[in-house]
Amino acid sequence: MDQQEIFTRFSPDRTNLLAILHALQDNHPQNYLTEESLRAAASYSGVNLSWVYGVAGYYSMFSLEPRGRYIIRVCNSPVCNMMGSAGLIEALGSVLGIGAGETTPDGLFTLEEAECLGICDVAPAMMVNRRVYGNLTRKSLESVLKEFRMMQNERK
Amino acid sequence: MIREKRIILRNSGVIDPGSIAEYINAGGYKGLSMALAGTPGKVVEEVVASGLRGRGGAGFPTGTKKQAAAGKDAGTIRYVVCNADEGEPGTFKDKAIMETNPHLLIEGMIIAAYGIDSERGYIYIRGEYYDSINRLQNAISQAYDRGYLGTDILGSGFSFDLEIKPGAGSYLCGEELTMLESLEGKRGYPRIKPPFPAEKGLWGKPTLVNNVETLANLPGIIEHGSAWFRSSGTESTPGTKIFSVCGDVRNPGCYEVDAGVILDDLINDLAGGTRNGKPWKAVLLGGAAGTFVPYSCNDLSLCYERLKERCATLGSGAVIVVGSGRKLIPLMQSILRFFRHESCGKCVPCRIGTTYIHERSLEMPGAGHDPRISILEEMVNHARQMATSSLCPLGQSPILPLETLQRHFSESIATE
Repeated sequence: MDQQEIFTRFSPDRTNLLAILHALQDNHPQNYLTEESLRAAASYSGVNLSWVYGVAGYYSMFSLEPRGRYIIRVCNSPVCNMMGSAGLIEALGSVLGIGAGETTPDGLFTLEEAECLGICDVAPAMMVNRRVYGNLTRKSLESVLKEFRMMQNERK
Repeated sequence: MIREKRIILRNSGVIDPGSIAEYINAGGYKGLSMALAGTPGKVVEEVVASGLRGRGGAGFPTGTKKQAAAGKDAGTIRYVVCNADEGEPGTFKDKAIMETNPHLLIEGMIIAAYGIDSERGYIYIRGEYYDSINRLQNAISQAYDRGYLGTDILGSGFSFDLEIKPGAGSYLCGEELTMLESLEGKRGYPRIKPPFPAEKGLWGKPTLVNNVETLANLPGIIEHGSAWFRSSGTESTPGTKIFSVCGDVRNPGCYEVDAGVILDDLINDLAGGTRNGKPWKAVLLGGAAGTFVPYSCNDLSLCYERLKERCATLGSGAVIVVGSGRKLIPLMQSILRFFRHESCGKCVPCRIGTTYIHERSLEMPGAGHDPRISILEEMVNHARQMATSSLCPLGQSPILPLETLQRHFSESIATE
């Protein structure tokens, strides 16, 4: 989608700044906020670039670096941690060949550690983009990855 | 054997959360019609009489907040903000309300707005709650179509507009003043209080900030009256409370019961008991910013007065059960890592303190019996200093789990 089209969905009111940044980020195939998009958001919202940069840098859902098409957020908060999330992050890291905060060379997956995602009833849990996966085991992790790889192949 | 008492969650799993018609058929929006038929003062009066206390964690009397927000500067713009930034580890009850009964929250917000004469409200939902955002967005559009939102609601002359604002991943934004900063498009840094939001909130205007579960209680209070509401729960904590039970239990989930429920009944009768069938070792009540209780407290009544007597907290209603075989040091480290990650860095004691106590906790496993005890003591002292010198609840929180760990589990920590 064209950037200008995104702005037309929001009034230039500062209460919309986070929503605008979400929309700009979601619109980028690499799931991040480019300098150009920060500048556009600043001028649209009537604040300085430094203001928008400060906001984008503060919130953990925003990224100023390119990321993968699929963002894997593994919850590592106390409840998920108790139920074994550290092992899952390790397992994911070794399957994907990356550490937390990194992106696979094919640009498909970014692995992130997240704070409580509010799905503690199915801990250990994670989200891949907008989808929630719970009661994870090493085995179920692999089938989730497979599902996304297949989706990617179909896109091609 | 206790059973659930579903009032807030009565429609959950029963009606289609995507259908306003089903909500109305189940008696929905009746509380709103009744509120609009009376005066705003009557709404506030009824909420005060109900004794409802905030369900977000602090337990502040909701009626008092309303009176404060309604009383300031007649004729000025005022806002209602719903705190749906549910981020306390172990807490997932607001999500259950938003995803299974979204219209109840909307109805509660309109009633709250009518009570304080507000024309504009926001629901600040954490950005990761995609399903909650979608469900509520759909419900808001339906409410506009049916005339429950917008101008001249149900012909009453009262107008109210409601919008969703997503957060973007910050635990701290669940603190009411920080949330208002975030709503104003800023970094989530806490404000100095007072002034409280009821005096100077969003854009400096009087603002009523209430948690999802709190607002979801209003339709019932208006429809059935404060006496009916007080027939559930206890004297100090009237009404029902949704507990999110998780950790080492067979059936983790949200359970709505009379406030004042006995801890062990909640765990055994509703959550299916512990996974290994043995008595639990500890329960962390209220999430990371909560308190540990030992098994000798299994008869605790989960309401404000009884918990306070025994130095425990209700918090958001998180009940994290730690089974008999589990070690407490890794859990403590995980809690401290969480605070370290979420500290915003504005106050020096919190910024440095959360990092320091986390680092110290990492040294614990390699230390012997006595050194572990002294590390724990040092951490508690640091956390106490942070509690007295930090601006917002984040820096004031690590003392809660640490002090209760020291009080009840020193020996376990020294020997595990």
